[in-house]
Amino acid sequence: MATIRLDNVKKSFGKTQVIHGVSIDIADGEFIVIVGPSGCGKSTLLRMVAGLETITDGTVEIDGARVNDDEPMDRDIAMVFQNYALYPHMSVFGNMAYGLKIARTPKAEIKARVQAAAKTLQLEAYLDRKPRELSGGQRQRVAMGRAIVRKPKAFLFDEPLSNLDAKLRVQMRLEIHALQRELGITALYVTHDQIEAMTMADRMIVMRDGVAEQIGAPLEVYENPDNRFVAEFIGSPATNFLAPALVPEAPAGTAWIGIRPEHVKLAEAEGASLTGKVLHIEALGAETLVHVVLADGTHATVRQEGHLPKPAEGARVGLAWHLAEVMFFDTQERRLR
Amino acid sequence: MEKRVTFKGWLLPLVLLTPQLLITAVFFFYPAGQAVWQSLFIPDPFGLKSQFVGLGNFEFLLNDPYYRASFATTAVFSISVTLVSMGVALFLALLADRLIKGSGAYRTLLIWPYAVAPAVAGVLWMFMFNNRVGVVAWYLGVLGYDWNHVLNGREAMGLVVVASSWGRISYNFLFFLAGLQAIPKSVIEAAAIDGARFWTRFRTIVWPLLSPTTFFLMVVNIVYAFFETFGVIHTITAGGPQQSTTILVYKVYADGFVGQDLGSSAAQSVILLIVVGLLTVVQFRFVERRVHY
Ligand SMILES: Nc1ncnc2c1ncn2[C@@H]1O[C@H](COP(=O)(O)OP(=O)(O)OP(=O)(O)O)[C@@H](O)[C@H]1O
Ligand SMILES: [Mg+2]
Repeated sequence: MATIRLDNVKKSFGKTQVIHGVSIDIADGEFIVIVGPSGCGKSTLLRMVAGLETITDGTVEIDGARVNDDEPMDRDIAMVFQNYALYPHMSVFGNMAYGLKIARTPKAEIKARVQAAAKTLQLEAYLDRKPRELSGGQRQRVAMGRAIVRKPKAFLFDEPLSNLDAKLRVQMRLEIHALQRELGITALYVTHDQIEAMTMADRMIVMRDGVAEQIGAPLEVYENPDNRFVAEFIGSPATNFLAPALVPEAPAGTAWIGIRPEHVKLAEAEGASLTGKVLHIEALGAETLVHVVLADGTHATVRQEGHLPKPAEGARVGLAWHLAEVMFFDTQERRLR
Repeated sequence: MEKRVTFKGWLLPLVLLTPQLLITAVFFFYPAGQAVWQSLFIPDPFGLKSQFVGLGNFEFLLNDPYYRASFATTAVFSISVTLVSMGVALFLALLADRLIKGSGAYRTLLIWPYAVAPAVAGVLWMFMFNNRVGVVAWYLGVLGYDWNHVLNGREAMGLVVVASSWGRISYNFLFFLAGLQAIPKSVIEAAAIDGARFWTRFRTIVWPLLSPTTFFLMVVNIVYAFFETFGVIHTITAGGPQQSTTILVYKVYADGFVGQDLGSSAAQSVILLIVVGLLTVVQFRFVERRVHY
């Protein structure tokens, strides 16, 4: 249990800088999700906290102490890797007990702690098996078990669920979240899956190209994105970006207007200020996505409840929205408020 | 699941196997059979006729103190060569594994000794340590140590061990490096995060995961030390002084071709064959069990 502080942390590999100064204060027990597209530096940032990458510039503090020059073993953190990184020659028990053995924990206590973790993770029946004799989901649990038995100051997760199938992913997502809540251990969780980010995070860091574009609670980020990238990246289907001329009330300097699909309503083409042609319809049951192409060639998505009448493909429809729900962005893609 | 190519009928497989079987028959079974046959006779010095003695050659050998000494010499020699060549190779491979820049050049340079023929390597080492003209011997002299492997059996053994190991290091290095690089980096990182420092990681993760490589190299190196070091020993010490570097395979040569005792020589090669066969079986039966695949 610990606080973690990143102060203007930067990373360069040779001459290429990949992290351009990230700062955040993480409270004790907080669940922070780092989300962003592939290659934006999520893993690198996490690995700097773990001590697996050197910190080019800036400071990382754990519990108020600067750890920049501490080796991973001196930081008292636990990490779950994307490929689980289990020790292939050790049993499940051996994998979970490894860190405790190195810390010279008494045998009886090791046994008790591993048993307890195995119970929480439903691994009791597999303690004698080797990792290669387990399914992907079970391996994932062993990796979790290895992290929790040590009672570290913080958990670091690097896309721990990306090798699991969709159903198991949902289940493990809930389990990890519940486990973190129960243990109250500070967690940093890397993912490029925005559903994981939205559902697990106390706060999330939305990253692009080594820059933290926005840091905040999931709903706050969703409802109030700071810039075009965040508005586009968070939320599925993505926010519609339209020409500013469509909204006369747009403030000066507006380069794009953004409207979330659920804030656009279909209307009669007659008398509508904006019309388009229905390209195709995705009926998902609870909701329907209507893809529309506007007169100027821009595509827009409308998300409406499943029970509402669906237009025919190729039909002309009008689009309507409330001004309060429209976001404005300047030429630098920054939000105008 | 392993995919196997299956042939219908038996003609094609037979045709495909014939060259291999022929080669094995001509170059292994025939000479081995000859050796076994000859080991039962004592030929006269001119090779005109030979006398059947049954197991007499073997009986004589096993009671011969020189032959017994050669067994001990072989054990010391092959264990030392295996340990030295594998130890040094592992050390270098560990260093190279951590190296990111220039590892290609480093690897290439380390492979060169492998291309040097054993006899040539032997001559090189002999010159370096020669009591009168050798560079190393001269420096040792400056340091107050009088090196003379022509007279001192221990020094002679040390030198042939070093010379035999030297050419072997490259080969072992390549396998160790490949073995090390096959260990996923994240497993090592996980161990580091679990609190293991370099030596603990080496002992508990790297070494066990490397054990298939180590086991394979052990078998190969012992066989190498038993047979292929002939050239090195022949050029450096010729088995001397006082047979202190006469390993079994050298004794086969010395007794057979120099001493012209062909019956004894044949019996020795049969014993050698059995020893190596047993060694390999023992290694596979007992050592392999402790290997994690
Ligand atoms: N060892 C390295 N040497 C040089 N460049 C590196 C190294 N590791 C990462 N990079 C670069 O740093 C950038 C960030 O990589 P990182 O692995 O942190 O991305 P990521 O956000 O985790 O992506 P993903 O979602 O695909 O895992 C990438 O452009 C990558 O090419
Ligand atoms: Mg990554």
